[in-house]
Amino acid sequence: MSRAFKLPLATLARGLLTMATTLACLLLVTFALSSLTPIDPALRALGDHASASAYTEMRHRLGLDAPWPQRFARYTGRLLHGDLGIAESTGQPVAEDLRHVFPATLELATLAMLVSAIAGLALGLLSAWRPRGVLDGVVRIVSLFGSSLPAFWLGLVALYFFYARLHWAGGPGRLDDAYEYTLDLDSGFVLLDTWRSGVPGAFANAWAHLALPVLVLAAYAVGQVTRMTRAALLSEAGKEYVTLARAKGARPARILVHHLLPNTRGLILTVLALTYASLLEGAVLVETVFAWPGVGRYLTTALLAADTAAILGATLVIGCSFVVINGLTDALVRALDPRLR
Amino acid sequence: MTETPLLRVEGLSVQLPRDPGRRPLVDDLSLEVGVERVALVGESGSGKSLTTRALLGLLPPGLRCEARRLEFAGRDLRACTPRDWAALRGGSLALVLQDPRHALNPVLSVERQLEEILQLHGTLARAQRRARIAEMLEAVGLPPSARILAAYPHQLSGGMGQRVMIAMMLINGPRLLIADEPTSALDAELRDQVLELIATLAARGRMGLLLISHDLQSVARHCERVLIMYRGRIVDRCAAAELARSSHPYTQTLWSCRPSGRTYGSALPTLDRDAIDSRLGR
Amino acid sequence: MRHSPAALGGGAILALVLMLALAAPWLAPYSPDQPDLGQRLEAPSAAHWLGTDGLGRDVLSRMLYGARPTLALVALVAAGMVPIGLTAGMVAGYYGGWLERVLMGLTNIVMAFPRLILALAFVGMLGPGLINAALALLLTSWPAYARLARAETQTLRRSDYLAAAEMQGILGSRLLWGHVLPACIPGTQVRLALDLAGIVLAAAALGFLGLGVQPPTAEWGLMIAEGSKLVFDQWWLAAIPGAAIFVLAIGFNLLADGLRDLGDPSHD
Repeated sequence: MSRAFKLPLATLARGLLTMATTLACLLLVTFALSSLTPIDPALRALGDHASASAYTEMRHRLGLDAPWPQRFARYTGRLLHGDLGIAESTGQPVAEDLRHVFPATLELATLAMLVSAIAGLALGLLSAWRPRGVLDGVVRIVSLFGSSLPAFWLGLVALYFFYARLHWAGGPGRLDDAYEYTLDLDSGFVLLDTWRSGVPGAFANAWAHLALPVLVLAAYAVGQVTRMTRAALLSEAGKEYVTLARAKGARPARILVHHLLPNTRGLILTVLALTYASLLEGAVLVETVFAWPGVGRYLTTALLAADTAAILGATLVIGCSFVVINGLTDALVRALDPRLR
Repeated sequence: MTETPLLRVEGLSVQLPRDPGRRPLVDDLSLEVGVERVALVGESGSGKSLTTRALLGLLPPGLRCEARRLEFAGRDLRACTPRDWAALRGGSLALVLQDPRHALNPVLSVERQLEEILQLHGTLARAQRRARIAEMLEAVGLPPSARILAAYPHQLSGGMGQRVMIAMMLINGPRLLIADEPTSALDAELRDQVLELIATLAARGRMGLLLISHDLQSVARHCERVLIMYRGRIVDRCAAAELARSSHPYTQTLWSCRPSGRTYGSALPTLDRDAIDSRLGR
Repeated sequence: MRHSPAALGGGAILALVLMLALAAPWLAPYSPDQPDLGQRLEAPSAAHWLGTDGLGRDVLSRMLYGARPTLALVALVAAGMVPIGLTAGMVAGYYGGWLERVLMGLTNIVMAFPRLILALAFVGMLGPGLINAALALLLTSWPAYARLARAETQTLRRSDYLAAAEMQGILGSRLLWGHVLPACIPGTQVRLALDLAGIVLAAAALGFLGLGVQPPTAEWGLMIAEGSKLVFDQWWLAAIPGAAIFVLAIGFNLLADGLRDLGDPSHD
């Protein structure tokens, strides 16, 4: 098994180059979007009644009259220094704001990832075990529903039933007000902080509030994982080496563990990465519904306030996470498949 | 032959259950194989591969298989449970497939593939397994070097891969080997070599061999008896030595349609399918 | 002719929604924009089958009219991304060389972007509205079709089929349109149906966030947003439009499943 993780330098370099190029294009896109603001920044700074010469001077001061490659270079330079601009709504640097909210999204997305990965893989496996059987039919229906439900609507419905009516789960936000204002949340990860604080009931309360958003977000992704796992397993199961493995006298369990799964490793990893990425998108909506203080809610609040710096900052952060996750998965898939080395 | 044949098949038929009006894919097939080398020859679509899958209980789901008699070494295969099958396959009943690039598990090394089948059917200790693997690799003409043992299927040439597959399926000393077009994916020069290897190993191990192929001339050189299959039925049976003198039109055409020095300059015979069909009573 | 219940079911749902949307002016009992503050937040009754919303507008009528922006968005996106994607893919696959490398590099990059997030940013910067939303979604969705078309083109290019056509004197664009394009259709159909399910959900999300059509126009996502403030008492105001989106998305997903099964030769 130690053999399995060799990754030649050339492949690694190529992967990094691809990732860098993609990130550069993402920057280009956000830069292009930033110059699409309907409101001219110079006008905004000066007001409507400024003179023509003051206007020209302001444009020069803001660097708006430079050719676009120069402006892009300046933009990139600022970004590399961590300067994402100032958010209009909070008055704080966007980078600071994002640093505060990012852990909350990470926590939510990771837990949802675990739930949807385990559930999706299990369901996909069960459904591929006996294709076209009753279990397969049920699983297909469940995954169909999961892929058709609007995540935010499911969140609303869940809040209504499990919080307002049944009082089983916590309501919006990460903690009840009682804890929210008395606890010191340094790390940004509510589970970690409530655990460390030692305040009785805080940890359980955190879980109560996490339950619904995690499950709703997981429901969003489970359909996709199930469908892809099932397809991957079924397509592998039809291949000749499986016939030969049966001809060797291997039982179904052995075929699954020693033949099918190792050959679908790459596909499954890709599925999981795609899921994590789509969870970041789903988080935007779920956070809004559950008033979860993460990047998603930051983005939607910024959208409603037309806060351009915040919008683009959040977009950039989410976009970069996306690209990095996909790039890493690609590298991992290559490392695991002896044919691709 | 006075002893009971290894394989006895009577009235085997394979069909699609949804379409009972259609002709079965394998139609009322009967054959027997003892400790001898028998070839089953037919063109693509004649049902030869389906027959081999049916004999091993490996038909794809959705196909229905029936037989009046289906026995291996005196055992009724129709009554086998999955556990029985798992014990038989790879143990006393072996299958070799056509293309090692597809038939070998891409993520397992040669050593692991060979070890697996040993572990499934025996209780040899590690060192004994190693020795057996080395022995088997030599028997198929491959040096049991570390490089070969650690190789993955995509790193092997066609001929080498096929030898590995043969080594793998014969390592437990089966009593019957079914080889489904084992040389069709190989270059012409290798074909004879690999067929020679299979025939030799069969004779040496006192195994029965059922060799499936579409190449009549080549199997005639290595087998004792030949069964000709057409559209799901066996239409002719004869000894390999008498193929040239067969009276069946299909056999005659298959035998004489291969280009050689003798046929140079003249048109090769083609099949008259109507005549064959009417002879089969359709 | 094999049939697939999934395809039929999905197709039926879509046809139904389309008909209801088109026939809205005749079917709706009230005008969708007519406020009636005396009848606010009525529960479903004989006069108002689905009740009224916060401004006294009839929910049923708003539901019927509300299908239109969603369907319009879906149609716009489909009409944009399919031609762009297929053309890019066919050109890349046929001409090869640096053109192919550039185009495929572009698709890889765009596919690595988060579609919804970029759509949000795009609409956020350019301003809300149907056209902007459609543009944003289609700019991030065309690559899948380019990949598909390029793969088909490459397969055909290597096959004898194209060589025979070329020998007959059919070259260049005629070859692409007449021969390669038809081969791309089955894969495109499945992909499109699946994508559209996602587009429906994305459109609803944009509406929910107030980035699609603006009030007072009736749109399902917008209606959910309006209803979400009242979800604890008048839960149907948010539930009903959500159910409609759910049904529409199921329609597309079922159609996609069915089309995939029909195209798959191993399906019984």
